Amino acid sequence: MKPAPFSYYRATSVEDAITALSGADGMAAVLAGGQSLVPMLNLRLSPVDHLIDLRAIAALSRQEETPEAICYGALTTHAAFEDGVVPDGTNGLMRYVASRIAYRAVRNRGTLGGALALADPAADWLTTAVALDASVTLTGPDGQRCLAITDFVVGPYYTQIAEHEIIDSIVVPRRSAAERWGYYKVAPKVGEYAKSLAIALIDHEKESARLVIGAWSDAPLVLEASASAFLEGAKKNDLAVIVQNELDLKMPSLSPAERRLHTSSAVRAAEQARS
Amino acid sequence: MKQSVSLTVNGRPVETTVESRLSLADFLRLELRLTATHLGCEHGVCGACTVLIDGEPARSCIALTVSLGGAQITTLEGLADDPAMQIIKQAFHDKHGLQCGFCTPGMLISTRDLLKRTPKPSADAVREGLSGNLCRCTGYQGIVRAVLKAAEDLAAA
Repeated sequence: MKPAPFSYYRATSVEDAITALSGADGMAAVLAGGQSLVPMLNLRLSPVDHLIDLRAIAALSRQEETPEAICYGALTTHAAFEDGVVPDGTNGLMRYVASRIAYRAVRNRGTLGGALALADPAADWLTTAVALDASVTLTGPDGQRCLAITDFVVGPYYTQIAEHEIIDSIVVPRRSAAERWGYYKVAPKVGEYAKSLAIALIDHEKESARLVIGAWSDAPLVLEASASAFLEGAKKNDLAVIVQNELDLKMPSLSPAERRLHTSSAVRAAEQARS
Repeated sequence: MKQSVSLTVNGRPVETTVESRLSLADFLRLELRLTATHLGCEHGVCGACTVLIDGEPARSCIALTVSLGGAQITTLEGLADDPAMQIIKQAFHDKHGLQCGFCTPGMLISTRDLLKRTPKPSADAVREGLSGNLCRCTGYQGIVRAVLKAAEDLAAA
């Protein structure tokens, strides 16, 4: 199983990568950690004529802290989150999420930016980024722009990244210290892609709550009505009914089994955040 | 579409010209004849091809050789004199941690990393830590016992 031939270019800066992307004739792709792209190249699922490697660009591995948020360069690895070597403003949620992604050998190379660029609905970071109200900074030939994650992701494997743009960084707002989180993933085997993924956030001081479901056939779904009930302290069984009703409304295409699965994930994430 | 790259393999500097699509695993096996690294699924699932890139475990079947300029690669051959690896190998031997041996190189490298990060793992932590390495014949009981024994022996060493 070998990839079809492609040309390889190791970019030295973000500008250099964008110039290479803009100048390439045929299909060009950028390489970050390569933990999804290279398997797809091996399986010849991803037709690529030119591969532009971003790994040598030190600026893409930076982290910057402000009082309000933390900015992670696109090449920040899952392992860096797992090991706590990068700053965290999410009361440990990102660290925990990172530790549940695939396997250590994958986490050592896989990156936050790469995962969001692929926008696999079953992958962990996309749903997490939606739950955390993150935003994505893109750099292209016309400069930089910043998109809220919910504007960035359009659908499964479908984002607003333009042809000659790359992800520069991901900005994650700091959560309040009083906030509690819950994370529930249904996967048939440790490290496998999720069948269902739910994240719950609750902050009684700020009177805010958030409930997000991922790993279904579209971009992550924010459940507003369920989050209000969750904040108001709806009991487990009542919350399940409310989640199920909201799913019926927003995801009418779900099979009864999928609806139950996602409802269970959401309720379990909420229970975990409350405990 | 060939390109030159220089990297270090098991402490030895290597300068070569490779096709950009050549995986690190194929480079190690076919060009350097370092055949301890095994290739199973070739798309990053089975873990048989796990090697160390700059000291950290990685799948060599989904690492492109051309992208590893300046990297330090360590295969199982390069860990022959590593004291921890010798203890781990002996534990796999003692506890029937292998049968056909195909997955073993990846298992050993992942075990060494797991025990470095988690010196006293529970059986569950071992199962989780090795969940990215598939074995199709021994069954995992022997492997888990081997890793737990290796953890004890490493602590006593």
